Amino acid sequence: MNSLNAHEARDKDRSQRAHLLSIADLDRDEIEELLRVTDTFVEVGRRPIPKVPALRGRTVVMLFFEDSTRTRLSFETAAKRLSADTMSFSVSSSSLNKGESVRDTIETIEAMGIDAVVVRHKSSGVPAQIARWTSASVINAGDGWHQHPTQALLDAYTARSHLGSLEGRRIALVGDIKHSRVARSNIEIFTALGAQVTLVAPRTLLPASLSAWPVQVSQDLDAVLPTVDVCYLLRMQQERMTEALVPSLREYTSTYGLTSARADRMADDAIIMHPGPMNRGVEIASEVADRPSAVITEQVANGVAVRSAVLFTLLGAGRQQSSSAAYAANVSNELSVQTDSVLAEELAHAEEAT
Amino acid sequence: MIRHPDTVIKGGRLIDASGEQSGDILISDGHIVAVGQDLQGEILIDAGGCIVSPGLVDLHAHLRQPGKEETETIASGARAAVLGGYTAVLAMPNTTPTIDCAAVVREVLELGRASVCDVHTTGAITVGRAGERLAPMAEMAALGVKVFTDDGTGVQDDRLMRRAMEYASGLGLTLAQHCEVNSLSEGTCMHEGEWSARLGLPGQPSESEELMVMRDIALARLTGAKIHFQHMSTAGSAALIAAAKAKGMAVTAEAAPHHFTLTDACCEHYDATFKVHPPLRSQSDLEAIKNALAAGSLDAIATDHAPHAAEDKELPFDQAPPGMLGLEYALALAFSELVDGGEMTEAEVLAAMSWRPAAIAGMDNHGQRLVVGVPANLCVIDPSQRWVIDATGGASLSRNVPYVGKEVRGKVRHTIVFGEVVVRDGEVQR
Repeated sequence: MNSLNAHEARDKDRSQRAHLLSIADLDRDEIEELLRVTDTFVEVGRRPIPKVPALRGRTVVMLFFEDSTRTRLSFETAAKRLSADTMSFSVSSSSLNKGESVRDTIETIEAMGIDAVVVRHKSSGVPAQIARWTSASVINAGDGWHQHPTQALLDAYTARSHLGSLEGRRIALVGDIKHSRVARSNIEIFTALGAQVTLVAPRTLLPASLSAWPVQVSQDLDAVLPTVDVCYLLRMQQERMTEALVPSLREYTSTYGLTSARADRMADDAIIMHPGPMNRGVEIASEVADRPSAVITEQVANGVAVRSAVLFTLLGAGRQQSSSAAYAANVSNELSVQTDSVLAEELAHAEEAT
Repeated sequence: MIRHPDTVIKGGRLIDASGEQSGDILISDGHIVAVGQDLQGEILIDAGGCIVSPGLVDLHAHLRQPGKEETETIASGARAAVLGGYTAVLAMPNTTPTIDCAAVVREVLELGRASVCDVHTTGAITVGRAGERLAPMAEMAALGVKVFTDDGTGVQDDRLMRRAMEYASGLGLTLAQHCEVNSLSEGTCMHEGEWSARLGLPGQPSESEELMVMRDIALARLTGAKIHFQHMSTAGSAALIAAAKAKGMAVTAEAAPHHFTLTDACCEHYDATFKVHPPLRSQSDLEAIKNALAAGSLDAIATDHAPHAAEDKELPFDQAPPGMLGLEYALALAFSELVDGGEMTEAEVLAAMSWRPAAIAGMDNHGQRLVVGVPANLCVIDPSQRWVIDATGGASLSRNVPYVGKEVRGKVRHTIVFGEVVVRDGEVQR
């Protein structure tokens, strides 16, 4: 291949590489497929040696411009369960402190040879920008107020494991919607899966314009709670107080906090979710957080399986396609075949070892 | 003054404030010396099928010099201007140092004299555009500055703005305002609406602009000052200005090409090329701006030409600097969006881009009728030429063009500044 062709091939590769930037980029079939693949990795996670060789020789970079130990560890664990090599790049120890641009950073890392980059940034849209500058798959691990798609996938997975289908289910998202990437991606995934979403928040914590959102809005948590299958609480950040978005934490807790009395108003089989880290005593009473109906640690556990499913789907053997309709059509067969061959390979290794 | 050879512009449609006629224009010694048929000159410019208009006048150009010469200089901005048909531009004062005293005004005007365009400058209303104390307006006015603005920001303090109006009106000066109430817009990077909600970007409401328009109309009523409203972007602002004019107030206003061409939906992919202040608004705001230009309640089209380095526009959307190029695209965008959209005639567009802005800025040598004795500041436009806007940024040193790939109509063929043919067949001559 001459250099011109190599160049073209590279551009083509770049344009076809699959990313996970936003739940809005996925249709319902693609979401369902990712959740089905997650089942496989939940099973893998239960094995004595929870590791498969599917991404052996692949390199996944954790590019965290904003610190997040929990999400980074979850992605690293997910990548390692797939036998991928991981590199970690955090801003405090990097040349970004020396004024290097995001573009130069990603091009430098790419030059080392990588397959996927997991990006966390405090500014909305940075993963989308990075996707224009790299031929690696870009996975959004949270950008500003915009999206946190793997959180949404793990939440949908967790909710479904308790409720079955989310079709027609009622889900309340409670708290700071306006500044929440979790809220934006979860509204999209829950509604894509057929659930009815109600936002419960003071208007200061809602976007000014909700006209394009397929949701209902309420300021009365007491009235909403008995009707829902899921009460999803968002973290209330101290800094919202300094911006005078609510009069006081005390008033917030008294009107929007899930107290024991409020939790008692929920249906028996309804569940309580929270993306963590929790402010016990603010958005959720400590006693409520420890109830069996609160599935918060399950969410964390499912996070690893979901992120394995995402990495596997984007990078699994021979995958070079974008998240297009073709992908949706092909992915099902390919994954079952791939998963089987992975398992076969692993069995072979187990035999060698004995 | 250098003597340029006698030039004749043959066979154009001559459009000015008095209407349209066909004929030739003979230029000698920097002035129009004859208008009629079958005129002869040393240099022949064929204007067959073209519009010959008084040169365009831009009320709002960021030329970045002094301070940001890697993104634009007065020389490069002037080249972009004449390629866009402008014979005069009004430079904004948000440079480093700020154009807020006689020394910086002198430097800018001197650099302007060496350029291909007639460069005028605004002065800042307040020292360093900090909104705390008045800049020495009279000293700057003595050097020819007629318009004062803190553009890039609005004067926030009500009392200081009142004082500025009183002081300026006593000197016969015009104040121009960038209308933005900071307490409502701080930390925002786009229009507040459906798109900001979806993209998770902090949005500024239209009201952050409109509240300052309201206040300044009230203060102008109080003080009798001449106030010009810069880059009006919302339906509410357009309505406020129309109402003030209906009451007979001497307010004027401009709109930028991007506000009648692009909407906040352009921010979808977090490309900061589309980040600008005031931000791209909704479709209904865009329609209102078009209507207000057509109705004349917005007097002028001004570019808000704002060059930025590529690496700055690649910052995260919320950190990237606001602004986009405009000088080489404004006329074609106006023809394509406003004339072809059925909102305005070509003559009305030229009024909004030449003689009305010239009057607002007090530029007596520009926007004049095409008659014997006036300075020869002209442009020749081929209204039928269609072209596709490219990503090169033209003569600008920057490339932050938000219209890449857009097909437009109307191309400036020739531009003549004080009798010198500075653009010939779409090429700058020096």
